[in-house]
Amino acid sequence: MTDSLLNIAPYGASKLSDEYTPWVWNQVKQGSNVWAIPQDAGPMGNLFRTDILKKAGITTPPATWDEYATEAATVKSKTGAYMSNLASNDAGQFLGLLWQAGVKPFGYDGDKGVKVAVDSADAKKVADYWQKLIDNGSISTDPDFTDDWYQGLANGKYAGWLTAAWGPSFLQGTAAKTSGLWNAAALPQYSTSAKVSGNWGGSSDAVLKTSKNPIAAYEFAKFINNDTESTLQFANKQFLFPTSTKTLESSAFTDEKAAFYGGQQVNKQFAAISATVDTKFQWLPYMDYAYSSYNETVGKALANKTSLSDGLDAWQKDLVTYGTQQGFSVNK
Amino acid sequence: MTQSVVAPARVRPTSVKPPKKRNANQRRQNRAAYIFVAPFLLVFVLMLLVPLFYSGYLSLFATRLVGGSQFAGLTNYIRAFTDPAFLSGVGRMGLFLIIQVPIMLALALFFALAIDSGRVKGAGAIRLLIFIPYAVPGVVATLMWGYIYGNDFGPISQVFRAIGFAPPDLLSAGTILGSIMNIVTWEFIGYNMIIMYAALRSIPTELYEAAEIDGAGQFRIAWSIKIPAIRPAIMLTVIFSIIGTFQTFNEPSLLHGLAPNVIDNAYTPNYYAYNLAFTNQDVNYAAAIAFLLGIVIAVVSYVVQLSTQRRETKNS
Repeated sequence: MTDSLLNIAPYGASKLSDEYTPWVWNQVKQGSNVWAIPQDAGPMGNLFRTDILKKAGITTPPATWDEYATEAATVKSKTGAYMSNLASNDAGQFLGLLWQAGVKPFGYDGDKGVKVAVDSADAKKVADYWQKLIDNGSISTDPDFTDDWYQGLANGKYAGWLTAAWGPSFLQGTAAKTSGLWNAAALPQYSTSAKVSGNWGGSSDAVLKTSKNPIAAYEFAKFINNDTESTLQFANKQFLFPTSTKTLESSAFTDEKAAFYGGQQVNKQFAAISATVDTKFQWLPYMDYAYSSYNETVGKALANKTSLSDGLDAWQKDLVTYGTQQGFSVNK
Repeated sequence: MTQSVVAPARVRPTSVKPPKKRNANQRRQNRAAYIFVAPFLLVFVLMLLVPLFYSGYLSLFATRLVGGSQFAGLTNYIRAFTDPAFLSGVGRMGLFLIIQVPIMLALALFFALAIDSGRVKGAGAIRLLIFIPYAVPGVVATLMWGYIYGNDFGPISQVFRAIGFAPPDLLSAGTILGSIMNIVTWEFIGYNMIIMYAALRSIPTELYEAAEIDGAGQFRIAWSIKIPAIRPAIMLTVIFSIIGTFQTFNEPSLLHGLAPNVIDNAYTPNYYAYNLAFTNQDVNYAAAIAFLLGIVIAVVSYVVQLSTQRRETKNS
């Protein structure tokens, strides 16, 4: 991987570190090397249907996960809607929730050393929480980004969506009929003392080693993700939630009122969440495989409503086997 | 045999007397022939043989993210033989073959015989209608059927709900193989029917007259004259179907979007090879799987052909 990307620190990228959200910057650097300019990120929040929750007698979004579980059962019994959907084919969403819980399922030292701990006690605590909600039927486990799922969001099958900062704009296109009925909040918390969140999805622009014009390439990557006008365009016209602190603080971004969310300043909400994302989360050097393996292990457990804990065990085994096969030294 | 005994007497003088001239002539002709086939040969070698050998070569290596590429001999092949994902994919396609291919070919044969009998009004239009699905690209066909099968929005579900029944889940683990069989059958009945129909048209009509004089009905004619006469064409469709079945890719790959939990990475061997190469980045193992799949197809086709030939010789 680092064989094909150019270290852009010498081109001036190391000077940009202050201009991006710290946890995002940690994702593109490795020691003193910088491999890309962050483009967008997906700090996670909770989008929910105010009308459905109101029908169940809930007027404020759940502040803790315990409340979330109790309210989910109420919503299901009073309205028939699922509190939300934990997608059975989307490792990104589940990893975001682990991230929020402070779980560190992966680690990579940049050389051969890989850490896989998706079956850790911390991870299983999160899994057990969701297992209860699945078992009592208060949340669903449909695959996401399928036609059925789009329908579910549009027709009130799901009363909410635990999603990333790119979700709010995305949802407006998917569930246009329900405009004005949605609202955005932070994720429910594990403790009332500190607010934390995780991340789901994001992107960055890198320069390839084979580039004939590395300086121009770097300057362009910097321009589109650093220039005020460009980042604002990305944030407001595309679904790209900004990573540059300047844009996150700019009133042109945060003050925008979204009619779809009843006039709420959704950007401001997510900009605040972005500041609470845990900075230490790491990935594996083989995430493509990890995601597809998730679908065959944890995803299957979600879909068939069997034990998530067993699913995590199977995922762990699979990731260790693959890593070892690929020549990494796993968990040593 | 008898002809070759008689012939030499007449042929020998010409072949012995002017040998040189004929050779030169023939050489020129040979050269022309090679020039004519050269474009094909070039493309054949560049686009088929070279990639084939290259993937054969690749399949003998193992590439790791750490440490790069190393010669691995037959390790990839040995791994495949004990890989439950690959074996279950091959098994699934075997089941597919046993159920879907006979249904599809029987229907194709039935339609071909019906149209050929000349007793169906508007046979031309019917022939065209049955053939049209084959003209629909497989991707489009699968997307269309995917919509028809959809649980929340598909027409089948809507009809069931309108009558007040619970709609069947046609994209669940238990039903999706049947759903795929239905798509493939729908797509390829027309194609197979045309092959059989073309063969039926070439049967001399005197045979039918003779059979009718002997008092045979249409069914008897179909069973005793038509079907035996087009046996080679039927065998051709069987072999094509075997190849097509084991190479099934479009349907699972597109339905994966609708039923991601049901269609796993190794749902069919071909889909597995694709995922190995492009998700797992394991090109070497993917190449080995592709080769093994080719061998499986060759073996199954050969066994089927052999068994029918044996039956034919036994019958005669």
